[in-house]
Amino acid sequence: MKRAAGRARHVLDAPHPILSTAAEQVDPADPNVVAAAADLLATLRVEPSLTGLAAPQIGLSWRLIAFDARRHPRSRSGAGELVVVNPLLAQAAGWRGGREGCASITGLTAEVRRATRITVHGRLPGTGDPVTIDADSFEARCIQHQLDHLDGLLFLDRVPRALALHRKLHSCDS
Amino acid sequence: MGLSAVTVLGVDRPGVIAAVTGSLADCGANIQDSTMTLLGGHVAMMLLVSGDLSSEQLVKQLDTLDLVVTASAVDARRHFGCKAGGLGYVLTLHGPDRPGIISAVSGVLASVGGNITGMSTRLTGRLYVLIADVDIPEPVDVAALMCDLATVGSGLDLEITFRPVEPDLL
Repeated sequence: MKRAAGRARHVLDAPHPILSTAAEQVDPADPNVVAAAADLLATLRVEPSLTGLAAPQIGLSWRLIAFDARRHPRSRSGAGELVVVNPLLAQAAGWRGGREGCASITGLTAEVRRATRITVHGRLPGTGDPVTIDADSFEARCIQHQLDHLDGLLFLDRVPRALALHRKLHSCDS
Repeated sequence: MGLSAVTVLGVDRPGVIAAVTGSLADCGANIQDSTMTLLGGHVAMMLLVSGDLSSEQLVKQLDTLDLVVTASAVDARRHFGCKAGGLGYVLTLHGPDRPGIISAVSGVLASVGGNITGMSTRLTGRLYVLIADVDIPEPVDVAALMCDLATVGSGLDLEITFRPVEPDLL
C-alpha cells in the first residue's frame, strides 16, 4: 500500500488537557487513522532531534505512536522509523535511570527510571498487520515515553525525587 | 567548633562557587552539607559550615565577593545525618501556573504531619512543575491523603501523583 505523505502538525505544549487524558483504541484500517499516522510521522521528521511522538501530542487522543531512535547516540536496537497503532507493552526488564525530555515540555528534563529491555505488540496502520518490537537501551526508553503519553502521563509524573528535575541548559540534555 | 548555616545569592557567572568555597577554605571553615542551584540566572547556595569562625566572621570573610551572604549559628538537629523517621513519598505536580499552588498542596501535607524534606519547582512557559520529597508519619491514612491531594489538585487544574520513594539499592 502506498503511504500518504502526511502533514506536519503543531506539537501541543503542556499544560493541555489532551496530554493528561488516556487515549482511545482505534481501528488501524480506518482511513482517518492511516492519515493521522502519516501526519504523526511527518511531524516527527520536522525536528531532527526528535526521536518519538505520540498522537495526543498532535492533538489526537488516539493510541498511535511514532518513533525513530536510530540517530540517537545512546541507541543500540533500531526498529527504524515506525508508527504503531494500539501498542501494548508486553514485557519490561532491566530498570535503569536516565535523563529525558519531551517535545511538549520545553525547557525541562528529568531523570526517569525505565526498563532497558522491552517487548511491545501493536498493529501497523493501513494493513492492520500485527507487529512486535523488541527494543533496548534508548529506543526502549523512547517507546516507553510515548506509551506514557497514551495513558495521559508525562515524564514529570515519574520523576523519582526533587533533585531529579532539571532546567534544560544544553541541547544534549535529553 | 561551631556550626553555621550560610546562604549565598548572586548573579551567576563562572567562578562564583570557586570564590565562595576558596574563601571559606582560606579561613579553615569546613563545608558539610550544601546545595546549590540556579534560580532565574542567580546562584543560590546554602551551606552548613563548621569551624572556629563565628557567623559574623564568616559573613565578613565572604563580604569581599559581589554576593549577598547571610550566616546564622545553628545546632545540629534531630535528623541531622540520620534517616527520616516516617515513610518516604514523592509528590509530583504539574499544570497551569497560578499563585498559591505550593501553599495549597503543602497545607494538605502539613495537616497530616507530612514533612517536605526536599522540593524543586520550575516554571517553563505556562507550565508549572513541582517535585517534592515528603516524609509521612506511619499512622497516616495514605489513601485518604491522596484523595485530599487529588481534590486540591483538581480545583487548581493540576495533575498530581503521590507515590512511595523507589529505593536506591544498588
